[in-house]
Amino acid sequence: MFYSIKEFIDFLPMILVASGILLSITIELLSKRSVNILGWFSVILFFVVGIISLSNTGSQSIILQNMAATGGYVNLFYALFNFTGMLVCLLSIDYLNKYEASFGEYYILVQTSVLGMMLMAAAKDLFVIFLGLELMSISFYVLAGINRKRHNAIESALKYFLLGAFATGFIVYGIALIYGTAQSTSIDIIASKFINLSSNILFITGILLFLIGFSFKIAAFPFHMWVPDVYQGAPSTISALFSTAGKTAAFAAIIVSLFALFSSGASKIITPYLSVISILSMFFGSIVAISQTNIKRMLAYSSISNAGYLLIGLASANTEGVAGVIFYLTAYSLMNIGTFGIVSIIESKEEKNLEINDYMGLSNKYPLLAALLSLLMFSLAGIPPFAGFFGKYYIFMSAIKSDLTLLAILGVISSVISVYFYLRIVVFMYFKESQIQLEIKKSFSGMLALFLSVLLIIVLGIFPGGFLNIINSTL
Amino acid sequence: MENNYLLTYLIFLPLIGSLFIFFIKNDKISLVKYYGLFISLITFILSLIIYLSFDSNSSDFQFIHKFKWIEGLNVYYFVGVDGISLLLILLTTFITPITLISSWSSIEHKVKEFTFFMLVLETGMIGVFASLDLFLFYIFWEAMLIPMYFIIGIWGGYDKIYAAIKFFLYTMLGSLLMLVAIIWLAVYSIDILGEFTTDFTQLLSIAPTIKRDLQIWMFLAFGLSFAIKVPLFPFHTWLPDAHVQAPTAGSVILAGVLLKMGTYGLLRFNLPLFPDATIILAPYISVLAVIGIIYGALVAMVQTDMKKLVAYSSVSHLGFVVLGIFAINTESVQGAVIQMINHGLSTGALFLLVGVIYERTHTREIADYGGIAKLVPFFSFSLLFASLSSIGLPGLNGFVGEFLILLGSFKSGVLNSWWFTIFAATGVIFAAVYLLWMYQRVIFGELKNSKLEKLYDMNSREILVMIPIFVFIVWIGIYPSTFLNLSEKASKKIIYQVFNPTTTFTNKLK
Repeated sequence: MFYSIKEFIDFLPMILVASGILLSITIELLSKRSVNILGWFSVILFFVVGIISLSNTGSQSIILQNMAATGGYVNLFYALFNFTGMLVCLLSIDYLNKYEASFGEYYILVQTSVLGMMLMAAAKDLFVIFLGLELMSISFYVLAGINRKRHNAIESALKYFLLGAFATGFIVYGIALIYGTAQSTSIDIIASKFINLSSNILFITGILLFLIGFSFKIAAFPFHMWVPDVYQGAPSTISALFSTAGKTAAFAAIIVSLFALFSSGASKIITPYLSVISILSMFFGSIVAISQTNIKRMLAYSSISNAGYLLIGLASANTEGVAGVIFYLTAYSLMNIGTFGIVSIIESKEEKNLEINDYMGLSNKYPLLAALLSLLMFSLAGIPPFAGFFGKYYIFMSAIKSDLTLLAILGVISSVISVYFYLRIVVFMYFKESQIQLEIKKSFSGMLALFLSVLLIIVLGIFPGGFLNIINSTL
Repeated sequence: MENNYLLTYLIFLPLIGSLFIFFIKNDKISLVKYYGLFISLITFILSLIIYLSFDSNSSDFQFIHKFKWIEGLNVYYFVGVDGISLLLILLTTFITPITLISSWSSIEHKVKEFTFFMLVLETGMIGVFASLDLFLFYIFWEAMLIPMYFIIGIWGGYDKIYAAIKFFLYTMLGSLLMLVAIIWLAVYSIDILGEFTTDFTQLLSIAPTIKRDLQIWMFLAFGLSFAIKVPLFPFHTWLPDAHVQAPTAGSVILAGVLLKMGTYGLLRFNLPLFPDATIILAPYISVLAVIGIIYGALVAMVQTDMKKLVAYSSVSHLGFVVLGIFAINTESVQGAVIQMINHGLSTGALFLLVGVIYERTHTREIADYGGIAKLVPFFSFSLLFASLSSIGLPGLNGFVGEFLILLGSFKSGVLNSWWFTIFAATGVIFAAVYLLWMYQRVIFGELKNSKLEKLYDMNSREILVMIPIFVFIVWIGIYPSTFLNLSEKASKKIIYQVFNPTTTFTNKLK
C-alpha cells in the first residue's frame, strides 16, 4: 500500500485519527463510565494530529496512487479540522455532563466525521471526495439526533438526513456526468481536459450539479432549508461542529476540486453561478437573522450569510480568493466555536436559556461571558481589529482584484445589515436589565476552549501576517 | 528615515493604561476615577511634548514611525503628524481629561467600564488623526465605534438603544463603502507601482492619475463615510439622537472630536487623493454645507430641549467647516482647521454646561427654566461665555474661524460665487438668535419653577473644568497665530496638491 516511509509519514495524520477511532471504540466497549475519558482522549488526539499536520505544510505530495494529496494547504485543512474538533470536544465534556448524557459514541462519531473531512480535503479523485463526504455526513446525521429522547433532536436528524441524502444525490449525479464526458474521476485529468470539454453541455451540467450538491453542504441559499432546524435541534456543541468544521470541509472539497480548474478558464462558468448564490445567501441570511428570537436559529442564518461571504472568495477564482477563504474559514470557525460555546455554557438542562431574551442583563452577573460574547459578535460583524474583519477584508480584496467590485459592494452592504442582529445580542447583554437571574454552571474545559478561540481571534485580527504567510506559502 | 516612537507611545498609552483598570478592586471607585484621569493627563503631557518639538516650518509629516505590519498585504504601521493632525490630536488629549473630570459625579454605575471605554476611545481618536496608512486608518476609524457604542448604550438616556444602534449603523454603512474604495485604490496601485499598497504617501502620487469619472466614484465613497461623520446635511439625522441620548461625556467627545474626524478625513484624504473630483464636486458639496448651516440653525431655533439645540447648532457650525474646506484657498482651509478646534471647545463647553444643570434638575427642557441668574451666577456667566464663543463674538475664538471661512469662500476661485458667503453669513446671525434666545429663556425672566429654588451653583470641580476651555477660547480669539501657524504649512500643501496633482510619476512611466 505504501511505497515509502515518506508516504507513510505524509499519511500519518489520517492514520492517527483512524487508530484513535479504533482505540476509542475499544475504550467504550471496556469501560462503562467512559464518556469523560473519551472526551479528554479526543481532545488530546485532535491536538496531537493538529500539531503534526501544521508542522508539515511544506510541499504537496501525491499519495495512494494518485487518489489523495497531502502537505501544503491540505495539511492546513487537516489542522483546521482537528483543532476545531479539539475545541468542540472541550466544550462537549461539561455540556454532556450537564445533560447527564453518557453517550461514548458521541466522541467516536466526532472523530469519524473529522476523518471524513480530512479525506475530503486530501482528495485527488472525485470518489475520494464522495467517500469523505459520506463518512462525515453519516456521522453528522447521527450526531444531530444523538439526544434521541427529544423530539427536536429527532426532527433535526431526520431533516438533515433527508435533505443531506438529496444533496448527495446531486453530487453523485454530477460525478457521473463528469465521468461520462471526461472518462476519468481524477481531478488532475479532468483539469487537463477542461479546455476541450468546456463546450460540452453534459460536462458543464455535471460540474454545476456537483456545485449544487456542495451548496447544500455549505448552507448557501437556496439550499439552506435544513440549516435553522438542524442547528436548533442538534446539541449546541454539535451545531458548533456543523457550522465550523462541516462548512470548512465542504469548502475544502470545492477548493480541491476547483482550484486546479481556475487556471484553465473555468471561472467563466463557475463565477456567475457562485456570485449569484453568494449574493442571495448573504442577503437572505442577514435579513432573516434580524427577526430571529432563538439564538441558535439566529446563528444558523448568520451561517447562511457567512457562506455568502466565503463564496465571494471562490467566485473571484484567484489565489487571493482561496487564501481569503481559508483565512476567513479559520476566523469563522473560531468565532462560531466561541459563540456556540457560550450558548452551550449558558444553556441549561431541558434546553432552556436559548432565547435572545434570556441574555438580558448578562453583563451584570457574568461580566466575563458578556465581554467575550460581545467581542465575538463584533468580530462576526466584521469590525476591526478582530479576525472576522481581516477575513472579510481579504475576501473583498480578492473580489476587487478579479474586477468583481459590485460583488464586494454588495458584500459590504450585507455586512451592515448583519451588524444589526449581531449587535442586538450586545444590546440585550449590556443595555437592558434582566428580569430573571440566570444560573450558570461553571465549566473549566468550556472556558478553556472559549479563551483559546477568543485569544486566537484577537491575535489573528491584529497580526494576521504570519498566518497569511503560511496560507500563501501552501497555495 | 529614522523612526520616532513618541507618537506610537501617545497612541497606545491610553489603551495599555485602560487594561490595568480591571486589576483595580470593584469597590475602589474613586481610585478608578483618579487612575483614568492620571492616564489621560499623562497622555496630554506627552502630546504637549510632541507639540513642543514639532517643527511648524515644515509641511512634511513628522514623528514618523513606520514598519511593515502585515507582510503578505504590504500593509505598514505608519503614523506621523503634520500641523493639522497635531492640532486635532492636541484637541483630543485636551478634551479627554476634561470629560473624565466632568463625569466625576454623573457616572455612578459601572465606573470601571466607563473609564475603560473612554481611554480606548482616546486611543482610537488619536490613531485616526495619526495614521498614514489607509488600512491602519480604517482600523482605528472602525474600532473607535465600539467604545462610543457602549458609552451611548450603557450610560445614555431613555432612548439610548435606538440612538446607539443608529449611530453604529449609519457610520458603519459609510465606512464600509470607504473600505471598498480603499481596497480599490490599493489594487489600482498594483497596475502602476507594481505592488499592492495602502500607504497614503505613495497613493498620493498615483490616485490623482485615476480617470475623472472613476475619481468621482472614489471621492463619493470616501466622502460619504466622512459626510456621515461630519455630519453633512442630509446625513445628519443620527446626530441629534446620539447627542441627546449620550451621557455628557459622550456628547462632549462626540461633538468635540468625533465629528472632526469627518472633516479631517475630507481634508486629509478626499482633497489631495482625488483633486479632479474635488474641483468638480466642490460647489455641490458647498451647497450642502450652506444648506446645513441654515437648516441646522433654523432647526436649533425651534428646539425645546437644550441639548438638542446644541446638537443642531453642531450641524450648522460644521457646515462652516465643510464650506471652508471646499472653498480651497489658504484663508478658508485655515479657517476650517481653526473652526474645528473652536467648535470642539465652544460646543464642548455648551454640552458640559447643559450636563451641569441637567445633573441638578434632571430636565433639559428650556421651558422648565427661567430666572436662575441670581441663583447660579457662575453658571450663568459660563453659559454666556460659551454661547458668545459659539456665536462668534469678535475677541473670542468663533469669530476667527468663521471670519476666515467667509473671507475664503468669498474670494474662492473654485466656488466662484458670492452666494455661498452671503447665505453662510446668515448662519452667524441665526446662531446669535437661537443661542441668545435660549440664554434669555433659561437664565433671565422670573423664577416660576419652584423646583429650581434649591438649585446650587457650579462647584469647584465644575469650574475647574471650564477654566482651561475658556482660556483657549480667549487665546484663539485674541492671538490665533499660535494655532494658525501650526497648521499653515500643512494647509498650503494640501491646497497645492489639489491644484497641482503630482504628475511626475506618470511622466516617468511614459
